[in-house]
Amino acid sequence: MKKILTTPIQDAELESLKIGDIVYLSGYLITGRDDVHQRLIKQHRPLPVDLAGKAIFHAGPIMREIAAQPGRYEVISVGPTTSMRMEKYEREFIAATGLKMIVGKGGMGPNTVEGCQKYKAIHTVFPGGCAVLAAQCVEEVERVEWLDLGMPEAMWVMRVKEFGPLIVSIDTHGGNLFEQNKATFNQKKGPIVDEICTHLDFLD
Amino acid sequence: MEHSEKYQDLVRLLASMTAYTSKHLPDDVLAKLKELRTQETTPLAKVVYDSMFTDLDMANKLDRPCCQDTGVIQYFVQMGSHFPYVDEMENALRDAVKVATKMAPLRHNAVEIFDEKNTGNNVGTRIPWIDWEVVPQRDDVRVYTYLAGGGCSLPGTAKVLMPLEGYEGVVKFVFDQITSYGINACPPLLVGVGIAGSAEVAAKLSKKALLRPIGSRNSNPRGAMMEQRMEKGLNEIQIGPGGLTGANSVMGVHIEQAARHPATIAVGLSTGCWAHRRSLLHIFADLSYEVLSHKGVEL
Repeated sequence: MKKILTTPIQDAELESLKIGDIVYLSGYLITGRDDVHQRLIKQHRPLPVDLAGKAIFHAGPIMREIAAQPGRYEVISVGPTTSMRMEKYEREFIAATGLKMIVGKGGMGPNTVEGCQKYKAIHTVFPGGCAVLAAQCVEEVERVEWLDLGMPEAMWVMRVKEFGPLIVSIDTHGGNLFEQNKATFNQKKGPIVDEICTHLDFLD
Repeated sequence: MEHSEKYQDLVRLLASMTAYTSKHLPDDVLAKLKELRTQETTPLAKVVYDSMFTDLDMANKLDRPCCQDTGVIQYFVQMGSHFPYVDEMENALRDAVKVATKMAPLRHNAVEIFDEKNTGNNVGTRIPWIDWEVVPQRDDVRVYTYLAGGGCSLPGTAKVLMPLEGYEGVVKFVFDQITSYGINACPPLLVGVGIAGSAEVAAKLSKKALLRPIGSRNSNPRGAMMEQRMEKGLNEIQIGPGGLTGANSVMGVHIEQAARHPATIAVGLSTGCWAHRRSLLHIFADLSYEVLSHKGVEL
């Protein structure tokens, strides 16, 4: 059975989740990436969207203005972007906003793990590149804020239905799926590289 | 010329190819992904591959870019010296990007340096990036269009090694970068490696390596052997689709080389994500064309 989280997300729902679980999201998903993090944490500008209990999406979509409806947009493609870029500010971002879920791509670091544990939030990944699949889970683009940042960096407020699959990569208990995987990859790497190198003595 | 009918035809053709590239993977990439998909057994790897193929089907049916990050657009042009539109080609490519941005539509990705403003049409200072090769005594042109997202551009790097680090140093450099940064770049990756005498030459060749069809091999037998061993080795690490572990890591490893300086071995690395959106368009002197990367496609 599909595990569906609906915004506003409660802490209790998150506590039962662990890394590697697959969930889906219904409710509010708001895009926020490099510039949004920078404006709030470094420039101390108030966010134009209340994120408490909601989910943010590390994503820069392709949106199209609906003909004859100025200011109204439809989503064409909206896949996740590399979450690690936001690692620098994510802990403070979680603390400042009260967001409960981050959707992105690839892993994040110890800063985010600490934020997720302390303030009860999770980081999940949507399969990278699957942007039309993601767009099909969007019911409506309600509004856009900070469009002066350009299409990829603006805050797009989307209402989504069973948005997923979302794979839990950081849980509320300190688990970090990608760090775990990375350790395994690095462990395997040494002997493999050594073996390849026995065949590459090309210097004359 | 700029306003002539022929110029407009050329712009339309290049724009259509660019928009098409954003929506459909080339034949070789699609075949490789299908092959890799069949080898997966774990639920996470399967769910990621299922999502990828559902996405490609939807992109095809709905006529939309299959990934939202349509990149800072790059063209690699092999220009016949007698091609009748050689003087117009650069402007035609810039105009084509503006047209394709609306036509596809593509995401706005050109951010001016220092001003930090998005130009809103994917055209900016030296962008689209155009790489020129002149092919003597020919009147046709081959245009590679490559849309690389930010995610798969992030692992890009180059370094000049000391010769005694040898080819072993090259392998170590590539493996270190792929296992730490490659996992976030939407694997299974196509790995491009350039080996040369200086950083910028190696970097450029690493990108050109990504233009080669998957399965093709380096022209030098040692180079081909090195590609195969690196490919096998990276696959044994089992990074899996999306970095979530699985049966494989890469779609391939391609190496391109230039002669080096006696005192340097430079290595460049570029990675292409699974949604490797590159195309090859062959344009003849009369502006008739064939799409070499996507069989049977009419633009």
